[in-house]
Amino acid sequence: MSSTETQLESRRSGAWASSLLLSIGRFLLVGAITFLGLIAVTFFIGRVIPIDPALAIVGDRAPAHVVERVREELGLNLPLYQQFVIYVKGVLEGNFGNSVLTTNPVMTDIRRVFPATMELATLGTLIGAIFGIPLGVLAAVKRGSIMDQIVRIIGLIGYSVPIFWLGLLALLVFYAKLGWTSGPGRIDVVYEYTFTPITGFYLLDAVLQHNWDALRNIFSFIILPASLLGYFSLAYISRMTRSFMLNELEQEYIVAARAKGLSETRIIWGHALRNAAVPLVTVIALSYAGLLEGSVLTETVFSWPGLGLYITNSLQNADMNAVLGGTIVIGTVFVAINLLSDILYRALDPRTRAR
Amino acid sequence: MLVNQINPKFRLLLGGAALCAILLSGAPSWAETPADTLVEAFAIDDVITLDPAEAFELTTGEINGNTYDKLVRLDINDPSKVVADVAESWTVSDDGLTYTFKLKPGLKFASGNPITADDVAWSFERAVKLDKSPAFILTQFGLKPDNVTEKAKATDPSTFVFTVDQPYAPSFVLNCLTATVASVVDKKLASEHVVNDDFGWAWLKTAYAGSGPMKIRDWRANEIIVLERNDNYYGTKAPLNRVIYRHVKESAAQRLLLEKGDIDVARNLEPNDLEQVVKNKDIATTSAPKGTIYYFSLNQKNPNLAKPEVREALKYLVDYDAIGEKLIKGIGEIHQTFLPKGILGELDENPYKLDVEKAKALLEKAGLKDGFSFTMDVRNNQPVTGIAESVQQTMALAGVKMEIIPGDGKQTLTKYRARTHDSYIGQWGVDYWDPNSNADTFTNNPNNSDEGTNKTLAWRNAWDVPELTKQTKAALLERDGAKRAAMYQDLQKKVLETSPFVLIFQQTEVAGLRSNLKGFKLGPSFDTNYVFNVSK
Repeated sequence: MSSTETQLESRRSGAWASSLLLSIGRFLLVGAITFLGLIAVTFFIGRVIPIDPALAIVGDRAPAHVVERVREELGLNLPLYQQFVIYVKGVLEGNFGNSVLTTNPVMTDIRRVFPATMELATLGTLIGAIFGIPLGVLAAVKRGSIMDQIVRIIGLIGYSVPIFWLGLLALLVFYAKLGWTSGPGRIDVVYEYTFTPITGFYLLDAVLQHNWDALRNIFSFIILPASLLGYFSLAYISRMTRSFMLNELEQEYIVAARAKGLSETRIIWGHALRNAAVPLVTVIALSYAGLLEGSVLTETVFSWPGLGLYITNSLQNADMNAVLGGTIVIGTVFVAINLLSDILYRALDPRTRAR
Repeated sequence: MLVNQINPKFRLLLGGAALCAILLSGAPSWAETPADTLVEAFAIDDVITLDPAEAFELTTGEINGNTYDKLVRLDINDPSKVVADVAESWTVSDDGLTYTFKLKPGLKFASGNPITADDVAWSFERAVKLDKSPAFILTQFGLKPDNVTEKAKATDPSTFVFTVDQPYAPSFVLNCLTATVASVVDKKLASEHVVNDDFGWAWLKTAYAGSGPMKIRDWRANEIIVLERNDNYYGTKAPLNRVIYRHVKESAAQRLLLEKGDIDVARNLEPNDLEQVVKNKDIATTSAPKGTIYYFSLNQKNPNLAKPEVREALKYLVDYDAIGEKLIKGIGEIHQTFLPKGILGELDENPYKLDVEKAKALLEKAGLKDGFSFTMDVRNNQPVTGIAESVQQTMALAGVKMEIIPGDGKQTLTKYRARTHDSYIGQWGVDYWDPNSNADTFTNNPNNSDEGTNKTLAWRNAWDVPELTKQTKAALLERDGAKRAAMYQDLQKKVLETSPFVLIFQQTEVAGLRSNLKGFKLGPSFDTNYVFNVSK
């Protein structure tokens, strides 16, 4: 390798790094504006709905002086814009206020519920990607064949069947009838004395504690809801893979590769899929972000103590601090995942690096 | 709750799921809960704290009822009476102001610390000074932060003296002392965790410092509550080592777990699931009437609804029989008086039936021959939505047009408390096991102006009743138990005849349980849903 080439190489990677920095900077700016907008909109909606937040806190039975004290404590007697300034100041200091429902600081609550949702979403997306991509590729390659139709039907069912219904059905079949998996919940009660949650990611916690029995048990609980969520992201991922692949298979370089005499397997998996993988990353990232918001219905059916249930519950109880906190966390997750997929995008597509 | 909002749609699909269940019946059942553990599936998402000075939710009532002792306890076999708990005996002074309790000797908290009258006094002090939602149950006796140490004090290690501000009925005072807020807290243990004079409040939120038959080992919100036997308990030791509550919200999921034997008790089964589980020979059900009453009320600010004939007519335009048979089967019983069954002074009278002709005659007398229209605020959940729809239909038979305004629970409640509704359908549960808890809200309205701060149900419906307010107050001071009961029966008769409250039913709690369980019994209140008597 000559010295000029190395220089060129290093200059290129330097340019890549600086363009990455630039895009991170842009993301942070956009993110900050998005957050302020998010906070403002959620805050004002929360204050104009015809629900008395003090009532939500103390309940219907509390005597008048307790209600008044809580109104004072919440600053509800101040003008609206002052309340907003106080809230934003708190957020900047990392204080999202206390949840009404649980009386805990909102971030403590979210730290508790988020791992449960993230564990489920991660496993679900993994299942969705592992099965969805090959299915999409197959459907594209055998376009119009019976295989394509089957994948289409699988996708259609995934799109259109309500998840709680499918969840109950899955419980009936795999738990009640066949006994292959465990029922609703996260872990069997018999492990209550041998297993302690540390990080909140139960699979990880079991590994950390070398508690292989518990690990097996936790897996038997998570596999059903994760497969269900996986199925829904599979439906999406396989459809998108199919259309990206069809697009790639029509390109001239495929014809060239065929003319070169490359094996069909090599062309499909080595060339076409590699190119299709670039936009696919965004699709998978978005579907992952969607699952991270928490699926209320799945969490209800499977008694999964996650973020979706927490936010929905807060919303219905006019627990605005929790709703705002949750909204900001979800916003952060979205921005972070977008950023992550952007970085992956660059890693996968050499053209974005060259410029 | 979202679950409730999607219910109608959900029910339909659930029907489909149930059909599948029948097709798949005969499922193998090899799962079993540990022999020394009772496992219950229960919606525990209402728990926000375990501290007896703050806890005011149904689930925490049950948890603290099993894990804390009080001076006195409700007699589970006859809840209109109280029996001794950590108190051995008590006397009331002749002027009715001073209650002296002697504690049982040699009692210990779960921590091993001795239970003294000083712990009792400190528990009262902390409840009053923390002043959380249930504190009014104690402060209504005249306790204030600046006098509580005088009014509730230990004169020696085994004597606790409680001084009230008026010569109340002793039954009223004692009934209030059975409430969770009057639980005895381990002063020595809790004092080790005091931060900024908070009486250990931050710590007790998730911790335990009691002496009941069970002790709380763990609570993980929306996931699990674990109770263990307290070997220091003064009474009969619990046969089982532990009781575990698993948070399962969905009725269908609870049913599956119960049928598989992964839980011993399912606590939130809906009528359609109940109907199915009783067919299984391994499953039994048990039920008990609870202290919650469902009613709808008529705002007296509406000139039509304020007419006495209209109030009476509308009580005849409710199809109680159909509601009882169809809408609340298994979860409630028709009940038209404002005191729930099982409480001192209860009156078992249900005089109203659907009678369109009579209602029409009454409406004509009121000058509303061609009917009139009004609105009803209804929260989006069952059974109230179904009942409101039924009432809407039967009202129409007499030409009364009732428009339903659906809303979220907190939203309808905010409107109700601002007195801007025509009619409101909802429930009222007793705060403590005494007739005054309901009389204080149904028949008490000291200031009917819009500035009134005592937002009782009578106030919310602008029902100005100085006479009844006086009687309610008098019943509170009647020291003869039988006379006091008669006064409440009289109040209930008057409410039945003249009030703007159309009382419909009393809630029943039902549980499905594995038939190998022994001694599982639901109590009259959630505080008395005892789990420490259960064995396998």
